[in-house]
Amino acid sequence: MMGRIKGISGPTVSVDMKGLKLYDRVYVGHSMLTGEVVRLDQDVAVIQVYENTKGLGIGEPVKSVNMPLTVRLGPGLLHGMFDGLQRPLEILREKMGSFISSGTEIYALDYLKKWSFSPLKKKGEPVTRGEIVGYVEEGPFKHFIFSNFEGRISRIMGGELSLNDTIAELESGKEIFACNEWPVRMPRPYRRRLSTWEPLLTGQRVIDLLFPLARGGTAIFPGGFGTGKTILEQAIAKFANTDIVVYVGCGERGNEMAEMIGEFESLKDPWTGKYLMERTVLVVNTSNMPVAAREASIYTAVTMAEYYRDMGYHVLLLADSLSRWAEALREISSSLEEMPGEEGYPTYLASRLAGFFERAGVVETLSGRIGSLTMILSVSPPGGDFTEPVTQACLRTAGAFFMLDTSLAHRRHFPAINWFQSYSLYEKEISRHFIEHVSPQWETLKERCRELLKREESLREVAEIVGSEGLQDADRLLMKVAEMIRMEFLCQNAYTEDAFSPPEKTIAKMGEMVEYYESAMAKLKQGISLEETLKG
Amino acid sequence: MRLSEYIYSTISSIRGPLLFVEKVFNARVGEVVRIRFPEGKEMEGEVLKIDGDTVLIQAYGETRGLDTGNSSVVFTDSVKRAPLSPDVIGRVFSGSYAPIDGAPMFVPEKWVPVTGYPINPASRARPEEFIETGFSCIDGLNTLVKGQKLPIFSSAGLPSKEVAAVILKNSRLGSETGGFVVVFVAVGLTYYDYSFYTRVLEEMRTGFVAFANMADEPVVERLLAPRFGLTVAEYLAFEKGMDVLVVITDMTNYCDALREVSTAREELPGRRGYPGYMYSDLASLYERAGRIKGMTGSVTMLPVVTMPEDDITHPIPDLTGYITEGQLVLSRDLHQKGIFPPMDVLPSLSRLMQSGIGKGHTREDHRKTANLLYKYYAKGRDLRRLEAIVGRDGMAEADRFMLDFADSFEKEFVSQGVVRRNIQETLDTGLNLLRRFSLT
Repeated sequence: MMGRIKGISGPTVSVDMKGLKLYDRVYVGHSMLTGEVVRLDQDVAVIQVYENTKGLGIGEPVKSVNMPLTVRLGPGLLHGMFDGLQRPLEILREKMGSFISSGTEIYALDYLKKWSFSPLKKKGEPVTRGEIVGYVEEGPFKHFIFSNFEGRISRIMGGELSLNDTIAELESGKEIFACNEWPVRMPRPYRRRLSTWEPLLTGQRVIDLLFPLARGGTAIFPGGFGTGKTILEQAIAKFANTDIVVYVGCGERGNEMAEMIGEFESLKDPWTGKYLMERTVLVVNTSNMPVAAREASIYTAVTMAEYYRDMGYHVLLLADSLSRWAEALREISSSLEEMPGEEGYPTYLASRLAGFFERAGVVETLSGRIGSLTMILSVSPPGGDFTEPVTQACLRTAGAFFMLDTSLAHRRHFPAINWFQSYSLYEKEISRHFIEHVSPQWETLKERCRELLKREESLREVAEIVGSEGLQDADRLLMKVAEMIRMEFLCQNAYTEDAFSPPEKTIAKMGEMVEYYESAMAKLKQGISLEETLKG
Repeated sequence: MRLSEYIYSTISSIRGPLLFVEKVFNARVGEVVRIRFPEGKEMEGEVLKIDGDTVLIQAYGETRGLDTGNSSVVFTDSVKRAPLSPDVIGRVFSGSYAPIDGAPMFVPEKWVPVTGYPINPASRARPEEFIETGFSCIDGLNTLVKGQKLPIFSSAGLPSKEVAAVILKNSRLGSETGGFVVVFVAVGLTYYDYSFYTRVLEEMRTGFVAFANMADEPVVERLLAPRFGLTVAEYLAFEKGMDVLVVITDMTNYCDALREVSTAREELPGRRGYPGYMYSDLASLYERAGRIKGMTGSVTMLPVVTMPEDDITHPIPDLTGYITEGQLVLSRDLHQKGIFPPMDVLPSLSRLMQSGIGKGHTREDHRKTANLLYKYYAKGRDLRRLEAIVGRDGMAEADRFMLDFADSFEKEFVSQGVVRRNIQETLDTGLNLLRRFSLT
């Protein structure tokens, strides 16, 4: 099917072409730019182009491939770095040099590489759709291969195979390969959603104790620039107790990505002792790369994350930042001349976001395993103003909210999570787990910590009027201890060994501080002066 | 490829810098056109949008004198390109790349599209080579590294150009490689400011290239000048192996030009009338800074942004801060106290500092010293609010002590005039201060 370009406006192109389906993938122009059909209007189709449209001319050909935009799924994704369209950046660099120009199609996976395949099914055994037929070793992980069809196995291979080779054949003649394609905008199927809640440990004391996160949950952390979003996101990517991490740099800085890759290559996972890169998939669409591909990048990433979830792994998806994605959506919407909603964002912003958030969860997969997909997403509200549409839309669906506070960041209090405004809806379910597995004191100590911080806040107002000298000894002690909690417990330097704190250590530390406060209070009650007490 | 140039005299409407041309049957987005005035004068423009046979063109110059009957447009079938050659060093150009220093145009070695291509994130080298600017508040607390983009956030009336000038004069790279060159881009600068900068550039010992769009010159040129500057910078860095420092002043004028063109196109305005795509547009400039694996050169960027109404949440500084790797914030309060550079280190930040300091880069105790200085200065600043309420006498001894520290920090560490301090002197100044207050 062929058509010709009729109009070009920013990242969208209109074409006179019949027979296209919505969200079909097309190649645009002589340089074969990748695009997706976003609107059909009688004989005219509007296409969102994922690459720079500069230089594109009227009358240039457009070809349809009769298929939606897809992601390739198979062994070799881990340790990989892709752009928003899943083009492998390392290979792109070898082929095109240090700069990215438009119109190159490179497969995400290496089809020639040999993988050692171990079958788990025998000839004659029945398989259902989504059932596991065998696995290959991908780094430290067993990468399971699914059957895409239902039937009885007539032939199954073993040993060294490439992605082009048939892994198994069914009696119906259908072939199973180690690699397949999946449309990016379609969630991968599972048997059912579960509501079992286990904590996702981040190694960040303030999150694990005060605002714990559940596996299969979603969290957002909005913050103005300089509040440490990226550092926090990267710290979580490094230390979270999860099998696989998919990290999306969505419209963010190139240098930061370079720094992160360097670090991930050399650092080890504190839970397993393996190199971080071996469990990581990176999707990178920096702010100067095409804006439409930025819109696609989070879907590319979540599809890959779901794929590993289907193998029964715990997957963590981190995106930095969702605001850039929303801005890309806005840009495309405005070039389509759609009616704008709040601040120019399209009216479907909230529903699109909700649809994306709902791809997280704990599920029983088609093969009967339990896998989870957790999302932690940063938001960059303009001017640090949380009333803007993207933050508000996210708040409606996210399960946890870590509010990054500019004034804390200016005081170099990192992670700059505000302990009064933030919340986690998973707190109750997760606390039960901590009480059982870590410390029976968990809930009590957490409440003590909250209370001390709360009382400090009200005392501070008094101190601002009367001066700290004017306070009673008991209050001054409380201020002292609260300061200790803030500086030594809530603060965590991402560049030292303290960057990772296991839950046992976290709760022990809180225990010590509360104990210190109580014993000092007892001394005060005996009439010993504050100065003496603090010395002892 | 077209075999000949197409000329159309079917201009249907003219709105500010924008022209609509009808019945065009072969055009490309981003294509350069030459607009011919009735009297024969020519000016360049670019195709922005095509809708069937109607083409929207943005003129790179003053459209006064154009009409819809006798004026014509020549389509050239090529995107906007910049001429490049090593001879570009030492020259001064206008915002549309015409020499304004009296010498003739150089012979170009090659022509390159001005929009550039994005650097593949996989080929970026980690920025970790320290640049010594000579200012303690930058070197010590907000260290600049090669390949970084670090804007100066200033306000009307603050000495941003003096600060930029001292940085230009005093900057030394940690290691000497293929040479050091400054690309200076003036965007909508007044003659007064411009003449100040030309004096500075002339006094410098290193080479420079300057692009100057003055306040009374065409607004659309402001969108082009930084792209010329950066194309030249990329060429000198990644083909000639030089370390390039790009100074663009003032980005606020650039953004206002962007808004002007956007409103002329009747686009939906975003915050404060700036277009919704301003983030992506600014990123296409700022992200051109960097280092590349296996290449010696680097592009470091130091844009100057004037915050309207001293408001750091205004869209221009806000979006800039989201793209750049930190910011240096000038403070009116410190300026009034007579401190130079009047840099407020608390809201200032260098995100790439971590990889550029410490053993092998600066000094082993750098991180520790910087953290202590920050911590106690922040504490002192916090207490100043209390001081305003209860008065100094009403405060505890320990609190008064922190106030003294904050004052001394500003007077001794931040304030240094135009004197250059190397990194050893900077760290020693900080250490001595901490020792004197027994805070180490």
